[in-house]
Amino acid sequence: MEVVVLLLDGVWAALQPTNLGLAFLGVVIGLFVGAMPGLGSVNGVAILLPFTFVIQEITGTISSPMIFLAAIYYGAMYGGAISSITLGIPGASTAVATTFDGRPMALGGHAEKALVIAAIASFAGGTISNIIFTGAAPLLASVALKFGNPEIFALMLLAFATFIGLGGDDVPKTIISICFGLVMSAVGFDIISGAPRLLLFDSTEWFSRGIQFLVLAIGVYGIGEMLWTINSTRDSFKMTEANITLARVWQALKSFPEAWRGTSIGSFLGFFVGILPAAGATPGSLMAYGVTKMVSKNQEEFGKGRPDGVAAPEAANNSASTGAMLPMMTLGIPGSPTTAVLLAGMVIWGLQPGPLLFSEQPEFVWPLIGSFYISNVIAVVVNLACIPLFLKVLRMPFSILAPLIFVLSVVGTYAAYQNIYDVWLMLIFGIGAFLLRILDYPLAPAVLAIVLGPIAEPKLRQSLLLSDGSWMIFLERPISGPITIAAIILLLLPLYGFIRKRVKARS
Amino acid sequence: MSFARKLTFGIVALLTSLAIGTAHADFEPTKPIDFVIMAGKGGGADKMARLMQSIVEKEGLASRPLVPVNKSGGSGAEALVALNSATDPDHTIMVTLNSFFTTPLRQPGLGIDIMTFAPIGRMAEDTFVLWVHKNEGVNSFEEFLAEAKARGSGWVMGGTGSAQEDQIITDFLNDTFDLEIKYIPYKGGGAVAKDLAGEQIDSSVNNPSEALGFYESGDVIPLVAFTSERLPMFPDVPTLAEAGEDFAYYMQRAVVGAPGMTDEALAYYTNLFAEVYNSEEWQKYKSDKSLLGEYTSGDDLADYWQTQRDRHETILKASGAIN
Amino acid sequence: MRIAELVTAIAIAFFSLYLMWESGEGPSWDPTAVRFANIGINVNNEGPGSGFWPFWLSLAMLICSAMVGINWFRRKSVPSQSTERFLDTYGIKMFALVGGGLVAFLFLVGLIGFYGAIPIFLFYYIYFLGKHPWWLASIIGVGVAVFCFFFFDVAMRIVLPKGALEPLFIPLYEIFL
Repeated sequence: MEVVVLLLDGVWAALQPTNLGLAFLGVVIGLFVGAMPGLGSVNGVAILLPFTFVIQEITGTISSPMIFLAAIYYGAMYGGAISSITLGIPGASTAVATTFDGRPMALGGHAEKALVIAAIASFAGGTISNIIFTGAAPLLASVALKFGNPEIFALMLLAFATFIGLGGDDVPKTIISICFGLVMSAVGFDIISGAPRLLLFDSTEWFSRGIQFLVLAIGVYGIGEMLWTINSTRDSFKMTEANITLARVWQALKSFPEAWRGTSIGSFLGFFVGILPAAGATPGSLMAYGVTKMVSKNQEEFGKGRPDGVAAPEAANNSASTGAMLPMMTLGIPGSPTTAVLLAGMVIWGLQPGPLLFSEQPEFVWPLIGSFYISNVIAVVVNLACIPLFLKVLRMPFSILAPLIFVLSVVGTYAAYQNIYDVWLMLIFGIGAFLLRILDYPLAPAVLAIVLGPIAEPKLRQSLLLSDGSWMIFLERPISGPITIAAIILLLLPLYGFIRKRVKARS
Repeated sequence: MSFARKLTFGIVALLTSLAIGTAHADFEPTKPIDFVIMAGKGGGADKMARLMQSIVEKEGLASRPLVPVNKSGGSGAEALVALNSATDPDHTIMVTLNSFFTTPLRQPGLGIDIMTFAPIGRMAEDTFVLWVHKNEGVNSFEEFLAEAKARGSGWVMGGTGSAQEDQIITDFLNDTFDLEIKYIPYKGGGAVAKDLAGEQIDSSVNNPSEALGFYESGDVIPLVAFTSERLPMFPDVPTLAEAGEDFAYYMQRAVVGAPGMTDEALAYYTNLFAEVYNSEEWQKYKSDKSLLGEYTSGDDLADYWQTQRDRHETILKASGAIN
Repeated sequence: MRIAELVTAIAIAFFSLYLMWESGEGPSWDPTAVRFANIGINVNNEGPGSGFWPFWLSLAMLICSAMVGINWFRRKSVPSQSTERFLDTYGIKMFALVGGGLVAFLFLVGLIGFYGAIPIFLFYYIYFLGKHPWWLASIIGVGVAVFCFFFFDVAMRIVLPKGALEPLFIPLYEIFL
């Protein structure tokens, strides 16, 4: 009961005009930054960090600047979906999985439905995770501590297993795509030996920073998909019907229950993946998509505009972003790049995040948690109200929209890493993706692989370093054991189905 | 400054730049300053860089903003190469740590000579402390030595990166005390601190700022400081010197300018960061996070680099990380 | 389409071989290191070496590209049955104009920076390819560049490269930054 009282106090503090205004401003900035390809919450938060000192001086409280930054974080999670759906380029890494079904839905003339589902699912994910957070933060922090290197690797294996069905029917091409992403994730620098590696063509300028995830993702979705669309639709491209009225938005709102399954899976799974410091929101949303697809009866409809396929990653990325706050606040360990910057902010404001934060700084913690709830409400309202505006974008003639998307892809890639070589690489990947796309190579697995690869490989090698090279470490430990076994079973299932089909065909 | 005044200034600046080109007697930055951070977002170096940026912004110390750019690739190689090939050295500065010494040694192919970089100012020296989990039952450095010796390679030390600060200290412990501690490299100090608190590893040599949260909650215990004098924050923690070993190891937190920076610009930045160093916020941060070291700049800083570079060369050669 | 399928599979095979070769490279500070010493599953009892992950995954890519080749030979996969052209006349023209435009765009970025290249690229695409009126193309081109300057350089403090146009921006910095 004490928690409820503290929370109500916190919500009341967050509802004070200053804090409410800051939350509103933060959400709007976040939506904008999140919708911009290449920029995610991390850019918004990092850039506005210096301004929070001014906020702190004016308001005199330490929770106000944090409420502002957290609102940006939330807004960006909503905003990422907007460009994934309307433009087909993931606005942020967390919104990649949203393009899988959100984009086809928009192309099928139901952009408003996809946007509404994304908004409501985000709200549900955010709110469910807030409730879990409020009730069980310290307890869950101790769970997160139990996840060492072998456990994280096992989890990554499980993430792969849930995605085995993501590719097309052509198995060798799917495997090529996965392996390509995984190998590309190893380019640059080997953290274990400290050696540069796979500096392709011996070029430090091009490859020493490694191949960043967004470089591949924007190349594939911003350039490759666009070229493919231009080529396959010829000049007769129509994105959506001209009349988007509030009535249709309302219709879409009423149809939301279609996506309940994706929303609930996304909300819970996203949260638990989000609290693990190495994982974060992007793997969380990808896994939620994979699992939702796996348990669905209509698997073949995924990738073609299924409501669950939009809801799952969106619920998950919002949920995971709250989840990632948990290790940041209770352990002082960031679960994602954005929380790393938030953490830096807390340190600069003179707070010491860590196990004692909840007991020693309640006047900071509870208004912040209260603001999570409030920001979520603000974000969903602003987002829904703006949907007709977002859809205006789609009514632009395609021969204007296409070059704008190209420019956004180029500028966005530069803005994300501030390195011109990455922009060239993005373009090369994009053109390659276009050519491969014509030949039925599935590309989503490569994008997934380049997200999971940089987490999985070091964890694998750190684990084996720990065990003197014995692979049994993944099976012997109490948490990693069951996860590994589950992952192996999931990986073998399609094989079993394949063999059974063969046997049946023979008899 | 009001917009109208800014506009007037702008027009004046346009006219002067047209009239006299880019020649300056007294240097003032004319465009945003690239503030390269040799580490990823959220790490120790990043936190400090963003604090410096905030102080500059808040106190209005510079006429153009510092624009932080994280270049963490290849253990700092990316940042070093970026500075070495900067097109406008007068507007390109970088926050460095000890990979400034080790990375050029480990990757000679980069063609980096750190002595060509402009010595702007050393803002602090970060310290290293040996930490263990409270459940380990080890309460002093002597007990640590005995326990680590008994467990041989079963004792696991986590640290940031490979052949960098944390591993250098671990190698030193292994060599000096005849131990076989196994070193596991992590991406960042935060992950190391978390795995120590979760008892995934047995010890760490985190900077105080990285382990502070778990220290205050009592999860981890400091055993020994790798400094020449006891740290004010941990008055009861002995130094390694007290255990009879003449070994102190620090992490430099310095700001450097791109090679080719003019003397005028160097003087400007030296002065700018001296103001940052003397600000109340920086001094508070320094004492809160147990940082040491006075502001050092110019030739003194260059001498310091030379000494550190030679020292790291000796250490890395001895451990076989370079030859 | 059939030829393209085979050519792509062969290209991927060669790329995989190249990646395998690069994976085997030893650390830069040790010229005595033997190539492929680092790809083992348990090097010096320290688990997999630095080349383990990329090497074996590249090998898997190589094997799969061979399987694509076999499927091509047996005409099992969709593209290998197709009699359509990989890119028809429209496709080739589109690819040259749009893809070429993008490459030229990036070259221009190197020369005259983002703010010079953006209006030129947008004008080229909207006026020449999109056949929209010249005034619309100009407004969008300049408008996007102005928007980007205020969004990235001013608001987000991400300074986009200006190339040879840098001197023109110095007064703008004076005013807005």
